[in-house]
Amino acid sequence: MEPGEIHALLGENGAGKSTLMNVLYGLLQPDEGEILVNDKPVQIRSPRDAINVGIGMVHQHFMLVPVFTVAENVMLGAEKVRGGIAGFLDHRRARREVEEVSTRYGLRVDPDAVVEDLPVGIQQRVEIVKALTREVDLLILDEPTAVLTPQETDELLAVMRSLKESGKSIVFITHKLGEVKAIADRITVIRRGRTVGTATPDASRDELAALMVGRSVSLTVTKVAKEPGAPVLQVEGLVVQDERGHQAVAGVDLEVRAGEVLGVAGVQGNGQTELVEAIMGLRPTLAGTVTLDGQRIDGWTTKRVLRAGVGYVPEDRSVDGLVKEFTVAENLVLDIYDQPPFGSRGVLRPDEIAKSAKERIAQFDVRTSSHESAVGTLSGGNQQKVIVAREMSRPLKLFIAAQPTRGVDVGSIEFIHSRIVHERDVNTAVLLVSSELDEVIGLADRIAVMYRGRILAIVPPDTPREEIGLLMAGVVNEQGMSEVGHE
Amino acid sequence: MTPVSTITANEMVAAPIQTGYWTRSRKVGVGLVAAGVLAAVVFGALATSQTARFTLSEDAQGAALAIDGTVGAILFGLIAAAAGAAMFTDRWFPWLLGVGIVCFVLSFLCWQISDAPAGQNFMPLVNIVRGTFLLAVPLIFGALAGVLCERSGVVNVAIEGQLLMGAFAGALVGTMAGNVWVGLVAAALGGAFISLLLAVFTIRYLVDQVVMGIVLNLLALGLTGFLYERLMQTNQAKYNQPPHFGNWEIPLLKDIPVLGPALFRSNLFLYLALILVLVIHIALFRTRWGLRTRSVGEHPTAADTLGVRVLGLRYRNVLLAGVVAGIGGASYTLLLYSFTKNMIGGKGFIALAALIFGRWSPTGALLAALFFGFADQLGVYLGAINSIIPSQFLAMLPYLATILAVAGLVGRVRAPAADGKPYIKG
Repeated sequence: MEPGEIHALLGENGAGKSTLMNVLYGLLQPDEGEILVNDKPVQIRSPRDAINVGIGMVHQHFMLVPVFTVAENVMLGAEKVRGGIAGFLDHRRARREVEEVSTRYGLRVDPDAVVEDLPVGIQQRVEIVKALTREVDLLILDEPTAVLTPQETDELLAVMRSLKESGKSIVFITHKLGEVKAIADRITVIRRGRTVGTATPDASRDELAALMVGRSVSLTVTKVAKEPGAPVLQVEGLVVQDERGHQAVAGVDLEVRAGEVLGVAGVQGNGQTELVEAIMGLRPTLAGTVTLDGQRIDGWTTKRVLRAGVGYVPEDRSVDGLVKEFTVAENLVLDIYDQPPFGSRGVLRPDEIAKSAKERIAQFDVRTSSHESAVGTLSGGNQQKVIVAREMSRPLKLFIAAQPTRGVDVGSIEFIHSRIVHERDVNTAVLLVSSELDEVIGLADRIAVMYRGRILAIVPPDTPREEIGLLMAGVVNEQGMSEVGHE
Repeated sequence: MTPVSTITANEMVAAPIQTGYWTRSRKVGVGLVAAGVLAAVVFGALATSQTARFTLSEDAQGAALAIDGTVGAILFGLIAAAAGAAMFTDRWFPWLLGVGIVCFVLSFLCWQISDAPAGQNFMPLVNIVRGTFLLAVPLIFGALAGVLCERSGVVNVAIEGQLLMGAFAGALVGTMAGNVWVGLVAAALGGAFISLLLAVFTIRYLVDQVVMGIVLNLLALGLTGFLYERLMQTNQAKYNQPPHFGNWEIPLLKDIPVLGPALFRSNLFLYLALILVLVIHIALFRTRWGLRTRSVGEHPTAADTLGVRVLGLRYRNVLLAGVVAGIGGASYTLLLYSFTKNMIGGKGFIALAALIFGRWSPTGALLAALFFGFADQLGVYLGAINSIIPSQFLAMLPYLATILAVAGLVGRVRAPAADGKPYIKG
């Protein structure tokens, strides 16, 4: 790393990027090797050591205490105090420090705002301010754009440039090629824990992708144009609450037709989770109707919804999609374990379960040592394939995939995408929810943009990214305003 | 480019929160109106026409608020109902709730006092206030022990055991040394001993915190019970006749009417409890230690990435909690009694309830402890005037109040986010 350089660390999920940076930041200890700062070897045993040698980090999952104010979060660990050993907090000095740093680098934040009330983009700014007040020379940003809208991403890139000008170095961890090309001075690609190459930003996307995955990959999904059939899923005026009693879904209307992929785009936390859970019967609806093939299904149990011909890939696979301690085979029949041939009169048939598991492991390319391995020991991509295999093994009218490729390696992404397109081609209606805009644009036939519990607009996939980005940020053009305004 | 307009910040915040007509204030208001009307009717009908007197002294003498029993019961019942009705304005919720509850209790008391045997139709407020505070003392210590622990993310179910061990150690060492102060230090160490076990097993060995707490309560009960029977009962004079702290009068403050005689001619433990509430409250919300404690209880990973030593802080706070609870236990054996088996008798669990009812804040815990102490004292008083209300009913109050609190009727109760979750690095 040079001073004033932006160095991108590119690699797939699970390639070891975050692990490497956690070692640098003292959260993990290296087994071998050494770290050099200004040509001197240093021992970094804890985050405090890292801060002392001038390394700061913005984590992928923000390290902010939600109930504290911005100033409290910024000073935690390096508190401004007075009154000797009693250590009374000096809020005035803390506030001034936040204001100083935020004006110097153009990171506008209110020091007295409570963090949990702030939007994600601002929370990230708080994280950066936090690192900067510790006077670090090297700032590590771990997947900083994953939770941002395209506009917020642009703002972040601008901030990174201004930091660079003031002489700070930045390590920028990501798997998004476009951002790397836009900002990096140098690129290091990591695969399976090894550096596999360095590149400059003029390298083409395909070159970088090939380096990242180790073989050439097709980044675009190929699919043929198709005329959609009759509506399969109809949602009208749906209102759903989240855990805190807020209206997470505030009157959503949408329709998914046979043989089309309806993509729901939007920044995470705008009601997508609640929408899908309400359709699946996992969350009560307050108002509105959900109709599957002309039949009302709101108020049905999840089991009944599944049996009616709905396949469901939940967004959090380790919590909602799989029983991690169970074997691959058991996880493959979680939906139909009580039906022949897998079970009858309350007794399971292990031989049948194993037989079907072996077939499906082959069919869906699940890389596992055995069908009897605990599913939790598989990689993220293979876990996801187990879910997809299970959910696609029933006759389907509707397939719902929520964040189907989150935390999944590129190879598995290709495979899962091709299966989703295949379902569409055999006339299944597909509802795809993803916060990865590229994924939605690549797969969907129509894109619904969700913002604060509402569908702001439904647009074709060839709509410019900027326009979709603005919609994701809640900005609607004049024509759109008449639809969503004044409620 | 087409003209665009951004949805303004206000709309963004306002949109998702639509509570509708039935706000919490209105729901509670309905309940209070019903309770007030019921009080006016039932207590009014049961009360006699004898005068109910609330005297500002320790006996029937002196200045007093006197009111006809029936009139008082009906009047206060109606005021409570009016407070409930006023809640429909959706404002002043805590104040109205306070007025409503106080008036409901007054209505009830008008009935009880007017119905008491002749010559006992008075309630000495000094005694009631004093009794409330004295009965609240162990609860305050226990709840503060809970605050110290749980604000740093360790659930403290072992308050009962810490109190008991403190009481036992205080009695044993105090007797043997013949010195109350030595007894007090021993009590603090006794409580800290239970805390040390809690800390080591939950923080180091990641045993479930609630399970560990329950086990420690049983351990303390068994250990002190065994030693009591084997050691203390056979030789009371040598092991179980602890010296006691006397009452200390505080100059000036002792002359305040009602509060002076009730609070400031009291003992070390009451003073210490009140001071500790203040100190811990300030420390928790105004100092570096407090900020770090709360950060560790809310988001230990965040604290760790900023160089705060999560586990060390938890150890320290859990031990400190043991010291506080141990001193609370000493208020049993170094003040009035000698040690007896299971002498805490569940007060540690009521302290836990006070912690939750007080929403994990020191001042909240104080108020909750006083409320429970008042219920306790009321039971004593009603027993003294031969009331038909069984004292067990009043003993249920703390638990009932806690259930209502946890159910969210008195505001959102939110524990520290990482409370009960072990912290594993990496």
